Formats: sequence, C-alpha cells, structure tokens
Amino acid sequence: MVEWTDEERAAISDIFSKLDYDEVGQKCLSRCLIVYPWTQRYFGAFGNLYNAEAIMNNPLIAKHGTTVLRGLERALNNMDDIKNTYAELSVLHSEKLHVDPDNFKLLSDCLTIVIAAKMGTTFTPEYQASFQKFLSVVVSALGKQYH
Amino acid sequence: MSLSAKEKVIVKDFFEKVSTRSDEIGAEALARLIVVYPQTKSYFAHWKDLSPKGAPVRKHGITVMGGVYEAVSKIDDLAGGLLTLSELHAFMLRVDPVNFKILSHCILVVLSMLFAEEFTPQIHVAVDKFLALLALALSEKYR
Repeated sequence: MVEWTDEERAAISDIFSKLDYDEVGQKCLSRCLIVYPWTQRYFGAFGNLYNAEAIMNNPLIAKHGTTVLRGLERALNNMDDIKNTYAELSVLHSEKLHVDPDNFKLLSDCLTIVIAAKMGTTFTPEYQASFQKFLSVVVSALGKQYH
Repeated sequence: MSLSAKEKVIVKDFFEKVSTRSDEIGAEALARLIVVYPQTKSYFAHWKDLSPKGAPVRKHGITVMGGVYEAVSKIDDLAGGLLTLSELHAFMLRVDPVNFKILSHCILVVLSMLFAEEFTPQIHVAVDKFLALLALALSEKYR
C-alpha cells in the first residue's frame, strides 16, 4: 500500500486542477513521440508522424493525449488503490497493445516536463517530488499485469 | 545515438541563449536532485548544510552547470574534451553513473520551467541527446 502525506495529496490535486487535459495531453504525447521516436512504433494507425510538425498537428495524437490524461485522472481519484484501479488497463497495455513497460517512464518524464513548462516556478522541487512519486506508482501499476 | 551537425547548432544556440541564467539553472537543478531523489544526498554527507536553497547546494549547482557549458564548448569531441572531468568522477568522486541520468532529467525540468516557450520538443530532443552523450563521456574512465 502506498502511503501519501497530506502535502503530497494536496500537491498532486493542485497540479491536476491546473491542467487542461486536451492541451497537456496533446503536448505530452507529441513530445514523447518526438523526443523518443521509437515510441512511434505503437502508433502505426495514427496517420502522419513523419516529422515533428506533423506529430504536433496530428489530431489522432491529440485525441489520444486526452485519453491518457483521463486515465491519469482515474489514478488521482483512487490514490489509495491505484494498483487495482489500473488492473484492467495493465492487461490492456500488455495483452492487446503490447507496449514495452519501459515506455511508461518515458511518457511520464515528458508529462513532468510539460507540466513544468505550464506551471513555471510554482512547480517547486516539493511539487516535482510528489508528482514524480504519483507517476512512479502509476507506472508500476500499469506494469503489474505483465507476464 | 550521436548528435547531427544540425543538433549541435541547436544545442550551442540554446545554451548560448540561456547563458545569462546558467547559475540559476544549475542551482535549481541540483536543489531538485536532492529533493526529488533524496538518495543522491549520500554524495554530500560531508556538507554541513544540505538544504536545497542553502549556499553549498547553490554553489555546487553553479559548478556543475559550468561543467555542462564546458561540454557545450567541446561538443565536437566530448570524450576527449572531458577526459579530466571523467577521471575526477571515476577515481575521486566515484559517482554512480545512474545519477548522471537523473541529474540530466532535473536539468531538463528546470530548462522547461524557466524557458517554457523556447524549450520546444525539437530543442528538448537535441539537449536530451547531448546530456546523454555528456554522461557517457563522463563515464569513459570508470572501468
């Protein structure tokens, strides 16, 4: 069971309250595909990913970014049992999507960087620590059902 | 993974552009390192003051960022140019190379935080590659 301090819960809630899921989702996913181009392997059906401009203007990528952020919101709303909340999602990523779980960390690093850009200096070291702890629990839960 | 000629220009131009705030970047990155990854404090146990906003952390952050800028100036031959620094890290400091990766991440977060508009995905990938190659050059003399 993951223990969360009151400060950590407050920080994570505060960060999410400032996010426009459409904006942040699109920025996060497109950044991941540009910075770590091998992650494009999972998006063969998404149309033009030929260069950075194409990726940043791709509507299917933008839509999927929103989907990812909505998924993270489920973890936010179930912080005391992310593992079970994500059991089905983990099976989906493993058995249907065949995503290498190392990629979850790459996407979460991009999300941290996009949020840092959005929040500027209000993204304090303590906020960063709380948010990265949240993301590492999410990443671990997503990898749980792989075998 | 090596830097293309275009990426070297991107890296040099970007670091030139942000050079007036390099002290701030270094201090902030090191502060985040010890707060977000507390295990890294093990390398600084000899400091009296380990507070993230304290003088020793700030001073050392500036030193580290100086090293990054030195690497930018030697971007065409990182392994050769950083030989002395590699020997320092390998034989004296003996910093586990896994920490280069997490400091790189902290630097990227700070760059994104302070230069949101400028730190585009295209610049991000070039800088990320550069920091990874820097870490590799620093690890050169380890074994």
